[in-house]
Amino acid sequence: MAHAHESNTKRIWMVFIILSVITIVEVIFGIIKPASLHLTSFLGTSPLNWIFIILTLFKAYGITWAFMHMEGEKKWFRRSVVWTAVFLICYLVALLLIEGGYLFDIMSPLTKWNY
Amino acid sequence: MGATIAVNSEDKTTWNGGGNRPFGASYGKMMMWFFIVSDALTFSGFLAAYGLTRFKFIDSWPIADEVFTHFPFLHGVHAPMYYVALMTFILIFSSVTMVLAVDAGHQMKKKKVTVYMLLTIIGGLIFLGSQAWEWKNFIKGSYGAVQTTDGKILQFVKDDGHGAMHQIALSDFVVDEHEERVEHTKKNGLWNESGETLPSYSVNEVVNSYKNNADVLIRIEKIDLATKQKIILSKEEGARYLLNAKQVVEGANLQVNEYGNPIFADFFFFITGFHGFHVFSGVLINIIIFFNVILGTYERRGHYEMVEKVGLYWHFVDLVWVFVFTFFYLV
Repeated sequence: MAHAHESNTKRIWMVFIILSVITIVEVIFGIIKPASLHLTSFLGTSPLNWIFIILTLFKAYGITWAFMHMEGEKKWFRRSVVWTAVFLICYLVALLLIEGGYLFDIMSPLTKWNY
Repeated sequence: MGATIAVNSEDKTTWNGGGNRPFGASYGKMMMWFFIVSDALTFSGFLAAYGLTRFKFIDSWPIADEVFTHFPFLHGVHAPMYYVALMTFILIFSSVTMVLAVDAGHQMKKKKVTVYMLLTIIGGLIFLGSQAWEWKNFIKGSYGAVQTTDGKILQFVKDDGHGAMHQIALSDFVVDEHEERVEHTKKNGLWNESGETLPSYSVNEVVNSYKNNADVLIRIEKIDLATKQKIILSKEEGARYLLNAKQVVEGANLQVNEYGNPIFADFFFFITGFHGFHVFSGVLINIIIFFNVILGTYERRGHYEMVEKVGLYWHFVDLVWVFVFTFFYLV
């Protein structure tokens, strides 16, 4: 990258602070587990889990774009990496989670819990 | 990668894919990115398989807060989450020092690159040590449990005096009755064949102590979906479960797991182990690059792109940990 000769130190520390704050928020939520978020259900899982997943994706974005300097790459190089991975991972996860739910529906009535 | 190709070392050239730079990225950097894509898919495969299994046993999966409860120097304190959070910070911080090394490399500041590379290596080693400690606690176990003939895990809980039920260790209530149990070592029985190590207590001792302690109750793996807590049985119901007791389980390995389903332990060992192996190889590669920096290889080459490439790998390892952290410990 020809443009990258000036120092980006300030931005690096900024991203570090953001990632740390997100992690701290995750840990606080993970310890407190507010009942209103933890025991309710939204789109298949609890809102708390959705918060964790969204914060995680945000962290992943921060690491990839700032630390791995994806923002500095050419647009189509970026897309060849990110779109490929995102598409295949979404596909795999969707299939396996649907299958897992199905296995639960079929198998859980067969498990004995009273003696 | 240039080192493996026979080129004239005098004119400072390394093989660079013939000088083509599609998308403006060098051959090495582009291939590192594509390797990362394929490695990301490998990890997704593992995590998605974990997700499938978890959905399959959604009403009896171990609760991470009850499994990972240790913190160094805080013995006996129930401290869920804090330790993995610390590990996450260590890894994110070593990612920061790595990106600072890359940044210093762009400005051709050799001394700064050296220092930041060293800090990154130290961060990686601390993370590996933390992971080893985490594994040790998991393998050793903290409470002990009883497994029934059909493979279910029964844990023991007690009222802590404030109306909350807390898990207690076998050693907290089981009375050793000194019954005759012979461990099969290499010296007795079949020569040079040792049997399995005996657990601290026998099934009989646990059952008797359960009967003698009115306040000790049994917690089963099944989750009450309304409260998302493991179900605690009444005294009589627990006694009926104990009629099917097969063995005492302490700790976790690939066959049994005192925290619940053995496949939870299998995934834990496999996924964190595979990630730990990535960290380990990352540290090795970082050390090689570190010495190259000291020797001035990149100074002579005129650029520090090698630091950037190994940095990509290092950040990727951090990226994977972010997901492992979420799906193993949080969700």
